[in-house]
Amino acid sequence: MEFLSLTDAVEHYVKNGDQVALEGFTHLIPFAAAHEIVRQGRRDLTLIRMTPDLIYDQMIGMGTARKLVFSWGGNPGVGSLHRFRDAVERGWPGPLEIVEHSHAAMANAYEAGAAGMPCALFRGYRGSDLPGVNGHIRFVPCPFTGEELACVPAIRPDVTIIHAQRADREGNVLIEGIVGVQKEAVLAARRSVVTVEEVVDGFGPRSSNAVILPAWTVSAVVVAPRGARPSYAHGYYSRDNAFYLAWDEIARERESFLAWMRENVLR
Amino acid sequence: MTYTPAEMMTVAAARALTNDDICFVGIGLPSAACNLARLTHAPRICLIYESGTLATRPEVLPLSIGDGELCETALTTVPVPEIFRYWLQGGRITVGFLSGAQVDRFANLNSTVIGDYAKPKVRLPGSGGATEIATGCGQIFIVMRHGARSFVKQLDFLTSLGHGRTGRERRELGIRTKGPTLLVTDLCILRPEADTCELTVTSLHPGITREQVRKNTGWEVRFADTVAETDPPSAAELEVLRSLHARTARAHGAAGGSE
Repeated sequence: MEFLSLTDAVEHYVKNGDQVALEGFTHLIPFAAAHEIVRQGRRDLTLIRMTPDLIYDQMIGMGTARKLVFSWGGNPGVGSLHRFRDAVERGWPGPLEIVEHSHAAMANAYEAGAAGMPCALFRGYRGSDLPGVNGHIRFVPCPFTGEELACVPAIRPDVTIIHAQRADREGNVLIEGIVGVQKEAVLAARRSVVTVEEVVDGFGPRSSNAVILPAWTVSAVVVAPRGARPSYAHGYYSRDNAFYLAWDEIARERESFLAWMRENVLR
Repeated sequence: MTYTPAEMMTVAAARALTNDDICFVGIGLPSAACNLARLTHAPRICLIYESGTLATRPEVLPLSIGDGELCETALTTVPVPEIFRYWLQGGRITVGFLSGAQVDRFANLNSTVIGDYAKPKVRLPGSGGATEIATGCGQIFIVMRHGARSFVKQLDFLTSLGHGRTGRERRELGIRTKGPTLLVTDLCILRPEADTCELTVTSLHPGITREQVRKNTGWEVRFADTVAETDPPSAAELEVLRSLHARTARAHGAAGGSE
């Protein structure tokens, strides 16, 4: 573990062509790190995320991604992700290969990655057309009962990036609230970067079962206050729902999207 | 008291839930219906969202599946792999509440694409939790606006299994859960017929004609032998629903929560 600036962390740990997971299930979405990846002009990334959300809408629209692995690509409670749709429907700004799953499959696949397994077994995809469009979804019989179970490959990102509330001086990381798949995504990855609201001397009183990633599971910790905005950090600031609503208009047209990115991310 | 078709739909959907239900809640219309049930006749219902919040009691409707409100008012919050493995796949959920862009006569749902998958006319968000909710919960309730473009003869893509393309697929696949038992729209209530599993209209909302339902359904919709008239929303139901939407709009800084 090393403490780095955001610029240095992205420079050292995110390479062109990498498989990258920026996780955070609605909560703690690492927007600051995504914006740094865009600023540094990374290309040909395979972006992995259960819910692409605005964060991947922005990265896709800026031409960062070659491929997307996902399970729900909408603007939650609002509607479409227009940049994601433009890429899939019209190939703008470039073609985007998609590997589409269900949430259960991706959650299982992250867990399998964290557990060092080659694949995940679960009861899923029954009767759905998804296995017909995603060759990574297979069915295998249970060796004991014969029941047909769904099987998907483990997710093993080159690098996982998450945002968390706090790190201590040693670089241990505390995550509170909706914890999503962040722990699994970090433990499944070859490298990991955690952006945090703040670094503290000690975590203080907490539950014995608090979600903590030990420093030795993390490659780099970066202090990035408000680094999850417009998503939120439980205990620090709330979700900017008004911005999620406004994004529908901003991202609808290519020009207004690019203008917003130039004004708010690139400069 | 006057009311809108959307209010009738949400109220009718809410009435289907009981105090004994452990309910997996989809965002949008299902979320409004589930919370209306909790705030009226089913205060002990357990609402679960896929973000991992168990037994949540939000004051305002969440805009997303993972708003802080859901976590702050929940009994506990578990990791997302756990919600799908232990709680859904483990068979702990009595009812899943879903919606979709398209539904067919056997209550199969499409939330993936309009048009061809490889070259879609409209790329929709996709499955999210729905594919496994559809087979993992004890039964499924669906709430959707009625319209000929969404109530289709043939789905462009089958995201979540209802009763399959012939009505018999659940049995053939060895799925023991009931699947869709109820579809509530802004015009009527449909339920699967016992032997064929085809959706038939069992209740018309007040003032709605059979002709209106036929015009807004893309297949030749059938009516049950006895078609009831849905009770209109009561003053109490409307008051709770409207104040929930008003609180939600104030909290989100814009109109929100009902879609």
